Amino acid sequence: MSSPTRPTAETLRTLEAHIRDLEGTALSSGQNLDAALSPLREQLERLRGQVSLSRWERVQLARIAGRPTALEYVERLTSEFVELHGDRTFGDDQALIGGPARWQGRPVMLLLQQKGRDTKDKIRRRFGSSNPEGYRKAIRLMDLADKFRLPVVALIDTQGAYPGLEAEERGQGWAIAQSIQRMSRLRVPTVCAVIGEGGSGGALAIGIGNRVLIMENAWYSVISPEGAASIIWKDSAKAPEAAEALKLTAPDLLEMGIVEEIIPEPTGGAHLDIDAAAAALGEAVSRHLDELGTQSPDEWLSGRAARFRKLGAFTES
Amino acid sequence: MALDKFFRRRRPQVNPVAETETPDLWGKCPQCKENVYLRDLAAGAYVCPSCGLHHRLGASRRAEVLCDSPLEQWSGRVHPVDALKFHDTESYPERLKRAQLKTGRPDAILTGRGSIEGVDVVVAIMDFEFSGGSMGSVVGEEIARAAERAAQMGLPLVLVAASGGARMQESALSLMQMAKTTIALEALSARGLPYISVLTDPTTGGVTASFATIADVIVAEPGALIGFAGPRVIQQTIRQSLPEGFQRAEFLLEHGMVDMIVDRRQQRSDLAKLLRLLMHQPVPVAQAQAASSQAASTQVAP
Repeated sequence: MSSPTRPTAETLRTLEAHIRDLEGTALSSGQNLDAALSPLREQLERLRGQVSLSRWERVQLARIAGRPTALEYVERLTSEFVELHGDRTFGDDQALIGGPARWQGRPVMLLLQQKGRDTKDKIRRRFGSSNPEGYRKAIRLMDLADKFRLPVVALIDTQGAYPGLEAEERGQGWAIAQSIQRMSRLRVPTVCAVIGEGGSGGALAIGIGNRVLIMENAWYSVISPEGAASIIWKDSAKAPEAAEALKLTAPDLLEMGIVEEIIPEPTGGAHLDIDAAAAALGEAVSRHLDELGTQSPDEWLSGRAARFRKLGAFTES
Repeated sequence: MALDKFFRRRRPQVNPVAETETPDLWGKCPQCKENVYLRDLAAGAYVCPSCGLHHRLGASRRAEVLCDSPLEQWSGRVHPVDALKFHDTESYPERLKRAQLKTGRPDAILTGRGSIEGVDVVVAIMDFEFSGGSMGSVVGEEIARAAERAAQMGLPLVLVAASGGARMQESALSLMQMAKTTIALEALSARGLPYISVLTDPTTGGVTASFATIADVIVAEPGALIGFAGPRVIQQTIRQSLPEGFQRAEFLLEHGMVDMIVDRRQQRSDLAKLLRLLMHQPVPVAQAQAASSQAASTQVAP
């Protein structure tokens, strides 16, 4: 799939590190190293231009082992996160968690899709796929956000809602629809960020943002590439082709007007420098919270409605 | 166009209730295998007179069965576009053209104004014959407009769902229709107007995770398959066979997910009754008289 001449992320990162070293030396020694630095910088720019990932490569980056999960961002960007549990009806879903926290100092309500870090944790959290209780807990937390005037920050990372027998018995579709409805009714600002995978209705359930952001190597689509491939070609191995057809990458979504902004990731992906990825996410979310902070509850409500009302592509005769 | 496709399109449909066929023939019920005179089937709201199977209906037939007289049609002017240049085994425009020729409508939705036993309503009917009733931008837009216009006119909305879910060929744009429709329905809530959804066979995927399940009252047709994830996907996940009747209307009623299951032949009167109650409308004079005379006759003959 990748051409042999294309530079790898590794090459880029080595070059970046070399440039950083030289810059450090220049700074500490007071020497002028521009003559050495400028050709290296030019080379880096040129190589960056040659690295264009296929849609499937981005999907793979969004799933790569070590990709930061929601809690890894939360650890770096918030203080005093108080996780609240349970939907008060059936149970406590571990794939969708949340509670109040300070986001770079601002009190917010967090809604987090958490995939899990080690095998045991991943199984407990069903790899980030929620049962209806997860969405019903999210609704509860949104009630609290409204009551205590806390802006909602939602980090989206799921392949989709859990497709299980019990999930159906307890109304998976109903729970997602109610979560969409509840979020659209919030009288506080909402900022959502797709940090990894944005799989279908399970992702949209907490994706009704005044602003919706996406990380550079995340994807967001109505169906996973594997799901689409098994419907189209009866063969989930054709997922790379399906990924191309679905136009599910951050630049695609920006072009369709589905997201407001792409959050840049460190070269090669967020997993290679989690601190840098978190810093970029934190800055973007905080900036949008600040911008929205000047508006009124009516404006948050009507602005969000207007944002989603206009999405779609059609012609009229 | 390939010749085989050309001929396939014109081959008569074997489905006894396909929109394109005249019902002046005998057909075989796919469930009980009884021969059914199609004119009887049509007269009985396309419910098999011997086994009660509720045949799937295209949107036009559904409107005939549901409403008193032909709809004042609103949909039809909004047309789909291939924003993603989606191509799988064939291109999205080719698929659309085929579905449009088959159904005579631009997309999988029919909306308009009509009445049900004298109660004025706005109806939105999904057309399963158009690409499996899949929801893309046009379906979302038409449902949103129907809800908003109903609210402006002070009318209730009755929506008939029949859909395999969101339309893959419009990817994230389809997904966003779930949000758009849900938000547009707020206009009805704001004005205290009823929104009733009727879930028919099949209603699955994104449609059950948005507008179809946030109705004030959810009605299901007997035997209809209704669920978020498809049975095949669930089976692959849990690796065991699914219980008998799983995701059928009766299963959902038992689990508290729908308000009632209503036989299609009873739907007009049941929906009208419900709407009149929710909207504080009086019982129609003819029905009131019939009821009082019945009460009177029971009094004289104890």
